Amino acid sequence: MFVNFFKALRRRGVPVTFNEWLLLQDALSQNLIDSSLTRFYYIARSILVKSEGHFDKYDQAFLECFGHIESDDDLIRRIEERLLQMPPLQLTEEEKRMVEELSLEEARARFEERLRNQDDDLHVGGNRAIGVRGRSPYGAWGYNPAGIRIGQHQSRMRSAIQIAEKRTFRNYRDDVTLDTRSIKTVLSYIRQVVREGPRDMLDVEGTIDATCRNAGELEFIWERARKKRIKLMLLMDAGGTMNPYSELVSRLFSAAKDIVKDLRYYYFHNCIYQELYTDIEQMSAVSTRKVLDQTSRNYKVILVGDAYMAPSELLSRNGAIDYWYRNDRPGIEWLMDVRKRFRKVIWLNPEPAEWWASVPSTRMIQRIFPMYELTLEGMRSGARALIKA
Amino acid sequence: MDRFKGTGSYILSDALREIVNASIVLRRPLLLKGEPGTGKTELAQVIAEDLKLRLIRWNIKSTTKASDGLYVYDTVQRLNDSRFHDKDVSDIKQYIKLGKLGEALCAQEQVVLLIDEIDKADLEFPNDLLFELDQMSFDIVETGEHFKASHRPIVVITSNSEKELPDAFLRRCLFHYIEFPDPEMMERIAKVHFPDLKQNLLTQIVAKFYFIRQRHELRKRPSTSELLDWIQAILAGGITEGELNKRLPFLGVLLKTEEDVARVAVH
Repeated sequence: MFVNFFKALRRRGVPVTFNEWLLLQDALSQNLIDSSLTRFYYIARSILVKSEGHFDKYDQAFLECFGHIESDDDLIRRIEERLLQMPPLQLTEEEKRMVEELSLEEARARFEERLRNQDDDLHVGGNRAIGVRGRSPYGAWGYNPAGIRIGQHQSRMRSAIQIAEKRTFRNYRDDVTLDTRSIKTVLSYIRQVVREGPRDMLDVEGTIDATCRNAGELEFIWERARKKRIKLMLLMDAGGTMNPYSELVSRLFSAAKDIVKDLRYYYFHNCIYQELYTDIEQMSAVSTRKVLDQTSRNYKVILVGDAYMAPSELLSRNGAIDYWYRNDRPGIEWLMDVRKRFRKVIWLNPEPAEWWASVPSTRMIQRIFPMYELTLEGMRSGARALIKA
Repeated sequence: MDRFKGTGSYILSDALREIVNASIVLRRPLLLKGEPGTGKTELAQVIAEDLKLRLIRWNIKSTTKASDGLYVYDTVQRLNDSRFHDKDVSDIKQYIKLGKLGEALCAQEQVVLLIDEIDKADLEFPNDLLFELDQMSFDIVETGEHFKASHRPIVVITSNSEKELPDAFLRRCLFHYIEFPDPEMMERIAKVHFPDLKQNLLTQIVAKFYFIRQRHELRKRPSTSELLDWIQAILAGGITEGELNKRLPFLGVLLKTEEDVARVAVH
């Protein structure tokens, strides 16, 4: 049921899986939705979408698939009113028995036939079958408890379409917002547990082992408590084409500074050569070789840059954009050195991912580093790549 | 099975009520996210009260391990007892202490289990719970015992998104994001706590509150609990509507950093 909705969600990048889809079918068959489009909107969302970042995409998919349906709760109210006007069904015992004998298949077949022949001004949609069933004066259905259930619960909810149209969750979209707090959240994903501080935690395994070796005389072994920390190195492009993104990069930088104790950061101009800069305005340089040698392999490294440059800047000796700058090794070799030195390196690119393929230098850099968009979603995938064993 | 309706002291949206019921019927844990102060933790309490079930609350810390939630085998105590011959150390059962999750699974009646702030724990923590939450059963390896919940607990999990939760875990949950209440809902919430508050004054307080909250430069935006404190302070101080119109009294109750107070007070 509603396969097109499933597809619309997937197309918009909401990671819905088949199991969740089955769970929704389960919810439908247990009549949790109770013929209300609004209830369907909320319950389906709780089953299919697991992050408020995807709520806006859900709203859009919902509008695409169900936007044409007129307000459902209103319809139910109208049906209910008409039902109330109708005299209660008077069935003889024989008739009741006949109703009970009617199998669901038969009932459904008759019902559908009824629907087809019905000339009615009410719009009929598949998911409202129960609703229409109830208003049909066809005796058997009025007697069936399922038919009368419509609109039993009064609803103060707004109509689902109106809610989806409001798109309240636009601001939660992962691919749009990137404030300091959300960057911090993402960066904190890559914190890892290490042992640190005074030895004040009892090591049970060690204690047992030592006690046994000590012929049963108790011998306590203490170890350091586990704490969280990240070792992170940021390498940021401060070249001219990065100017539009300087605000974004500085937000990333200030967030990293706040939560990472062991933060190392350097700047570069378009591409990395033999020198990195600790301060871009004063051009105070340090040797790239030294930085690579003196930084532990365990540092997670994030390069931030648009990877947008002339191929010669990447591939040629003395290709640096600054005319007076002489580099005897092409930039791409330095980049490969960075990649080789550290276990985990990613590249964050503020340009939209769909442009990457059209920029030759970006394509080449993508072959060296896993590249992610500098958006919340991109950073999340990047962070995941950084902590993968 | 009774349906969850909500109690008078906790104002909840219809959407959330439907989702709570869906999670009970579909037998899936309910994962709640939302700004601090939107009543994520309280919801579990309300469910328990409404359905008259016992609430078992498991507070997660950064050092919490999933296995601790099931049971802890106190080896040190046993080792220590073995030196003095006053206890039967061959009886391992007395050194097994059930954790909160274990308690919920072993309960004779249905319970509500709240796993509070699951994002504080290690990244692998939610994955370690998958089997137990799916099957609602666990083994105690040391004694060879097997426990299976006789009544599936209603599981409510809260997260402040400090960490991303693993996909496998998310797939098994129902998810709801509690939005910050709109002014109308906020008035209803305030009325529950201060039934005698005059409507005019309340409307004005709430309007001022949202005026302050909407300012983007605030470091920490005030939440519901701060508003309730503020109302308390205004009532205790005998501030009238007229006065409230001219100035913002007791700003320190709403705003928790000096910079924020300075920013708002200037205007």
